[in-house]
Amino acid sequence: MHDHDHHHDHDDHEHHHHDNRYSNMEARVRALETVLSEKGLIDPAALDAIVETYETKVGPRNGARVVAKAWADPAFAEWLRRDATAAIASLGFTGRQGEHMRAVFNTPDTHNMVVCTLCSCYPWSVLGLPPVWYKAPAYRSRAVIDPRSVLAEFGVALPETMKIRVWDSTAELRYLVVPQRPDGTDNWTQEQLAELVTRDSMIGTALAHAAHGAADGGTQ
Amino acid sequence: MNGPHDLGGQMGFGAVAPEVDEPFFHSEWEKRALAITLSCGAFGAWSIDESRHARECIPPAAYLSASYYEIWIRALEVLLERHGFVTADEIDLGHRKTAGAEPKRVLKADMVAAVLAKGGPCDRPLSDPPRFVAGQKVRLLNIHPTGHTRLPRYARGRIGTIETIQGSFVFADDNAHGRGENPQWVYTVVFDGAEVWGQGSDPTLTVSIDAWESYLEPV
Repeated sequence: MHDHDHHHDHDDHEHHHHDNRYSNMEARVRALETVLSEKGLIDPAALDAIVETYETKVGPRNGARVVAKAWADPAFAEWLRRDATAAIASLGFTGRQGEHMRAVFNTPDTHNMVVCTLCSCYPWSVLGLPPVWYKAPAYRSRAVIDPRSVLAEFGVALPETMKIRVWDSTAELRYLVVPQRPDGTDNWTQEQLAELVTRDSMIGTALAHAAHGAADGGTQ
Repeated sequence: MNGPHDLGGQMGFGAVAPEVDEPFFHSEWEKRALAITLSCGAFGAWSIDESRHARECIPPAAYLSASYYEIWIRALEVLLERHGFVTADEIDLGHRKTAGAEPKRVLKADMVAAVLAKGGPCDRPLSDPPRFVAGQKVRLLNIHPTGHTRLPRYARGRIGTIETIQGSFVFADDNAHGRGENPQWVYTVVFDGAEVWGQGSDPTLTVSIDAWESYLEPV
């Protein structure tokens, strides 16, 4: 197995001191980018295009549109339940880390929560890049054994009798939680509904926002 | 492998720290780390399974103290060296010294949208029918492979119920090591919290994993 022990032979290069790993990541990544560019292995414009995609095009607003449509359109909800990949693709959301989607629906009895204990599997096509906490050991270690205390740290207190179902994304299926539709939103448009759907509510570490009494459909 | 990545049920990492209005990236190098990793993945030289295994092989102390983009970069350096694209000397120097391996393709800007939109589907048709049926009780094997596996430790030896047959997919444990895709049926197996975590566990908890068929035995 390769690791970086062999670099200790090259510690005379002052930019590679292991004790300064954190402060050195900027230099380490720049060095790698330079080598790869000099070898013609990466296209700097492609790097910019990738970053731009995940900063501006692929993010949790995609998932919010899926959830809002499922709330508003029972036929779409049924399709989402049966074949989430196709139902989500019909809205234009496809691609990397969304190739095999499953939607799991919260009910009055059961709250769903998604984790990847083994790495950072996450439905990029509908939620974008995962937040730091989703990839960090505290969440990955505790979500499967003590989800209630994790939820408490997100400010969510579920009734004691509410069942909690945790989905560990150990294969290539990617899970989208469909939170329960808030009360008082009967006549809301899908655009208005989507405003109630947060990223965390689609991971299962939050609930959808309440309607705040905006019974007329409000302007969220 | 029983590596540092297999975190389910471990303790001592403290509270989850959700960040309000978290930015997409916390520094410029994280943007480059993401983009370089995806660009190099497009070489087609290694699979997502091999890259996951490279991350798991980072020594535990380093893995657990690294940010996730640092984990990506450390693993990417290993993969680039292993497949002959760069040498350790070049990484240290930050400059090209020799010609290396030629990738099947280099990701250009005009290819990015299509490549990201296509992703890398890993479902594969399988002529053999599934060995197990929905509703069946199964035991997850108590195995400790030294290579890549997607069977988390907390599920090994535990009895669960097959909830759904999800389809047939590339078998990560083989594909990570260049032994072929060898697709298998994948099942969602659900466990009662008490079966996994025993006395004192949350009585309202169920946990599921997605398990390849060869992880399972009938009970």
